[in-house]
Formats: sequence, C-alpha cells, structure tokens
Amino acid sequence: MIDALGEPQSVLVLGGTSEIALATIKEMPRNRLRRVVLAGRPSPALNAAVTELASLNIAGVEAVDFDAKNTDSHGQIIDSIFDDADVDLVILAFGLLGDQMVAEEDPSHAVELATVNYTGSVSAGLHIARRLKHQGHGTLVVLSSVAGDRARRSNYVYGSTKAGLDAFAQGLDAALAGTGAHVLIVRPGFVRTKMTSHLPEAPMTTNPEDVAEIIVASLKKGRHTVYAPGPLRFVMAGLKVLPKQIFRKLPS
Amino acid sequence: MSAPRTAARTEALTGWGRTMSTVATVVPAIHENEMASYIREANSRGVLARGLGRSYGDAAQSGGATVFDMTTYNNFSLDQATMTLTAQAGASIDDILREIVPLGFFVPVTAGTRIITVGGAIAADIHGKNHHRDGSFGAHVLEITLLDGAGVVHTYTGNDPEFWATIGGMGLTGVILSATFTVIPIQSSYITVDTERAKNLDDVMSRMIERDHEYKYSVAWIDTVATSGRGVITRGDHATAEQCMQDGVTNYFDYDPKNIATAPGLVPSGLLNRWSVRAFNEGWYRKHPTHRTGELQRLGAFFHPLDGVQEWNRIYGPKGFLQYQFQVPDSAGYLVGHTLQKLREVGALSFLTVLKRFGPGNQAPLSFPQSGWTLAADVPAGVDGLGRTLDELDALIAAEGGRLYLAKDSRQSPTNFARTYPRLNDWREIRDRMDPNRVFTSDLSRRLAI
Repeated sequence: MIDALGEPQSVLVLGGTSEIALATIKEMPRNRLRRVVLAGRPSPALNAAVTELASLNIAGVEAVDFDAKNTDSHGQIIDSIFDDADVDLVILAFGLLGDQMVAEEDPSHAVELATVNYTGSVSAGLHIARRLKHQGHGTLVVLSSVAGDRARRSNYVYGSTKAGLDAFAQGLDAALAGTGAHVLIVRPGFVRTKMTSHLPEAPMTTNPEDVAEIIVASLKKGRHTVYAPGPLRFVMAGLKVLPKQIFRKLPS
Repeated sequence: MSAPRTAARTEALTGWGRTMSTVATVVPAIHENEMASYIREANSRGVLARGLGRSYGDAAQSGGATVFDMTTYNNFSLDQATMTLTAQAGASIDDILREIVPLGFFVPVTAGTRIITVGGAIAADIHGKNHHRDGSFGAHVLEITLLDGAGVVHTYTGNDPEFWATIGGMGLTGVILSATFTVIPIQSSYITVDTERAKNLDDVMSRMIERDHEYKYSVAWIDTVATSGRGVITRGDHATAEQCMQDGVTNYFDYDPKNIATAPGLVPSGLLNRWSVRAFNEGWYRKHPTHRTGELQRLGAFFHPLDGVQEWNRIYGPKGFLQYQFQVPDSAGYLVGHTLQKLREVGALSFLTVLKRFGPGNQAPLSFPQSGWTLAADVPAGVDGLGRTLDELDALIAAEGGRLYLAKDSRQSPTNFARTYPRLNDWREIRDRMDPNRVFTSDLSRRLAI
C-alpha cells in the first residue's frame, strides 16, 4: 500500500531493464519497498538489474519472464503477479527506439516497433488497468515521449508508436477515473541511455536520474501528465503549432 | 438463494487524515444475515467494517473490498439497574451520550472525539483522559457479538481469547455486531476542572507525575512552537450535584453539545504556515490562566473541544495530514522532548499536540496503551523530510519498548510494527482461527502485513 507520505511498497516494471524505471526505484525510500518485480525477456541485463537493486538493500526484488510482443501471455503473467500481492505502482517502460532508415527500407522493422511500443503497451496496459481497478488503488506510469507530440522526418515511425501509446494512456486514465487507479503519462525529451547512446544529443537532454526525480515528485503530487524536463511542456506546445514549412526546416 | 441486497455504492475512502484514498464497494449495514452472506461470498479483496472514519490512517478502508458502513446499524439500550449499555456496533458515542447523560450516566472511556462508533472504540481499544485510572475502553466491555470469517455469529466474553483479539484488533477478527459495556453514574453533566500553565516540558511532565493520581481525568496540551515545550495541564473530575449547586448551575444534566462551525471545503495548502501555527499556539497558551481550580466545564467542552468544528481535518489542505502518536515507558520519557524537537527541526508544524500519562495496559495483544507517556501530534503530510525524521523516531521509540497507535498510524514500516507489538504472533494465531481465509482485510493490514 502507498502510505500517507506517498511512498509505495510494491513496484512492477514492465521492461525490467529500463534505465528510467530502475532510476525511479532507486529514487524511492528503500526501507518502504517490500516487493519489486522486474518483468522482461530473460537476459543478462535483466539479471544484472535484479542483482543491482538487491545490492542496494531493496527487499523482494525478482525477475519475471515477460515479452511485450507475446500479447497472448500478458493476462496470465500480470494476473499471477497481482494475485501474489497488491501492486502500488506499475511502470510501463518497455519500448524500442529502432532505426528510422532501416524501417523505411524494411517495413517489417517498423511493424516490430509498432508491435512492441504500441500493441504490446495496449495489451499490457489494459490488463494492468483491470487489476488496478480490482484492487481499488494504484498508479500506472506510462513512459511516452515528446517524439509523439509531433511527427518528425527523422524518427516518425518511433514517434507515431509513442503518439498512439500516449493517446491510449490518456483515454485509459479517463476510463479509470473513480476507480482508485490512475495513469501518469511521462513525456521525456532526449534521455542519455543505452538506447540513445549512438545518437547526437538534442537540446534539453537529461539523464535517467533526472526523469526519475520528476516521476517520483509527480507521483506524490498526483499528477496525470508530466514532461521531463518540465519546461519541455512549453517547447512542445510551441512546436506543435509551428507551421510545417518552418517545423520541417528545424534541425533533426 | 441469496437474500435481497441493500444498494451498494462505489466510494473512495480515506481516514481522518485525508491521505491515501482507495476505492471500495460500500454497503450500508442493515441486517446481520445480509452481512453474513457478503462475508461468505467475499472475493479475494475481502470485507471490512467501517464506522465514522475517525481513525487517521488506513484502518477503516480497504481497496477493492466490500466495506460495511456500520453507521446504519446503530441501536442501543441502557440498563440502568445493571449500569450496562448494549449497543450495535455502529451506534455513535455522540448519540449514546445524548441519551444517557440526561439520565445520569456516562461512558467509561471517551476519546478526544465523540464522533466514533462503539465498534470502532473496541477495534482500536480507544483510551481517554482517564487511562491512568481506568484503562482503555476494552477494560469496560463485558460481551462482544461478532460475525467471523465464515459469516457465523459468536458471542465472546473476557474469558475468551477471541474477545481480547477483537479488542484492539482493528476489525480484522470479524465484523463486530454489538457489544455490552459498563457505564458510570454521574451527578451532573459538568466536570470540575483544574488548569495549570507549566513553563517548560520538564515542568509539565513533573507536575503530571506528581498529581495525576488525584484526578480521574488528566491531559496536557503542549506548545510545539515554543522551544521550551511549555504547556497547559487540565485535570478534572465529574462535578457533584453539590458543586453544581454552589456554582449556581441548576440543570445538572443539561447536555446538548452543538456544532459551532464547519471548516471550509477548499483550503489552500499554504493556510497552515509558520505564522498561523505560531499565533495559534501562543494564543492557546495565553488563553489559559496560570492556575485555576474548580472551574465547572461542560462535558463536551472538556472532552471533545474539536467536535464543535465539523470537518476540521480540512484545514490541513489537499495533501492531508497525519497524527504521530506513540507510547513509551517512563524510563524513556526523554523521547517526548526529543520528538518535539525533531518535529520542530523538520518544520512539521502542529496545532494540536497532546501529552498524557497511561496506566497499565490490558491483556489484548494488539492494544496500544502501556504504562508511561503518550504523545500525539498532528502534522501536515506535505512536509519535506518528514518520512525520514519519523522513521528515525520510530526506531528510537521501538528501542525503548514503545510503539505507535494503529488508529493513528499511516506510515510506519511493517518491520517496525512487528517489532513493537511483541504479542502479534499470539494475536495472529487467534485471528487465524476466527478468520482462516483472511476475509477481513484493510489497507492497514496490507500495509503492515498484519
């Protein structure tokens, strides 16, 4: 259960190797966490994440097999996690950045991005929502992206998956009103992670720890959408209404 | 075939501190058969009874569960000959007092609010200003009737372990249906009150140690803003008819406490600030005389001063608040001053901080009071660094054999709870007999792994 000071006792991460999700867990008071489930495809990275959190004296860290693409398995996996005990906070963190140029040459790569980032999230998100509603409390954090705010030439396949995810999450939050559960949509800009290490940095670049801090603060405030860093909200509001002739000329 | 059902509603519930709301299916309690069938058909989220929602934390809420609103199950009757009162669990102490005070009777123990139910008083084993003499509410209960985890009705007395597991059991042993407890005779609806201001915390504490035993009721208010820890001690006894007559009071049993005001619905979170709390504390201290004896106060004014302001819990704004109430033995009395200092340092401003001496505890395994001191301080939940400060205090209190009051707790860790209630496993054994499938669950029981 979340306590009076807003600290959760149990966290489920879908996409258990996500640097933002792991940084978010590290941002929470360790003596309150009783259970941390890192769900993801079995990999050395997932094992390393479990080991790392456990080494920080976080109690009850475990890995669970979960494949975003295998949507038929989502219901059973999520049910078994919630059947064991309540989950106060779920971080929907899996996602592929992909390669725009490859996707344009090979649409199957684009389909994979869409399947993981959008289809997988819709499936997992609905199963999570069902269980949060059943337990009468809990928050689903959805890692969206500013890339979904307006499609850009340089990454529109990825951007469109996040746009779809973001719209889905907004609607899901509306659907959960009055059930005790709610959705926090997080729209980070460029974050320095393994996923982006091969890319040139954009303005207002942040670290996973910065995003984590914003997520934890937003959870305590009970917010429903947040940009990371915060001022990106105003930048994106501006970019969204920029005439396309100008928008397309902006550096990618 | 299942019985016809009373209309249920989906509702977000919180405790009095207005933090951590969860949503449950709330069913007005009408008939025990209907409650029994809800219990038998409960899903994995379980069932819980809720009274008037005055516990501060998450004791009377349970996310996703079926929550009985017991306030509709509220009949009671007084037996003047035996001086006992039998009440359904949802009967409020307020309603009971309005009925029995004019007849010359009073409840054996009352909390700082009368807006609580009999079921809640038993489940939390409440204490009052007379704990040093009379113990907690449970000490005056003769019989409890409850629905167990199979929906079966049982009646227990002080010879049954189930009785003591239910006292202080936070509603986790079953749904209390009714109880019989003793009432005390009074000669008037007045208290003769002696008031003393004490210039610092040591002064407050030594005056209480020296003379509390001379009074039935005793409590001290502490100024949490002043570093001295100065305070006002008020102590009293039920006024006799003769004392009333001497004071010119003619209608001895007049009793009709009224609501003076209702707190506004929307309070900005900044209302409670350093200046307003300082001004309140200063004013409250000054309002009391240095020393006054034998003042006649009405029961309501003496026992339940805050009940005059409806929904006063809103003054803490949208983030809500918590009450930190702990108990320590006399040997660890220093933790009273230490706690006040730490709360001041972290900027946890409190209007209402109350210090009280406890007498011995009782045999209920989860009952809170034990001999020594208890301090209760209201603090807003939004204070930066509050969690860490309170965790450190928890550990010091635990190390001295003290503990937190479950009716107030909203944030301690499960390990701290288990460490400080050493009879928890005895209690669990009884609970497991009464409710083997853990039908009775609350957010509190989940949070603390009770």
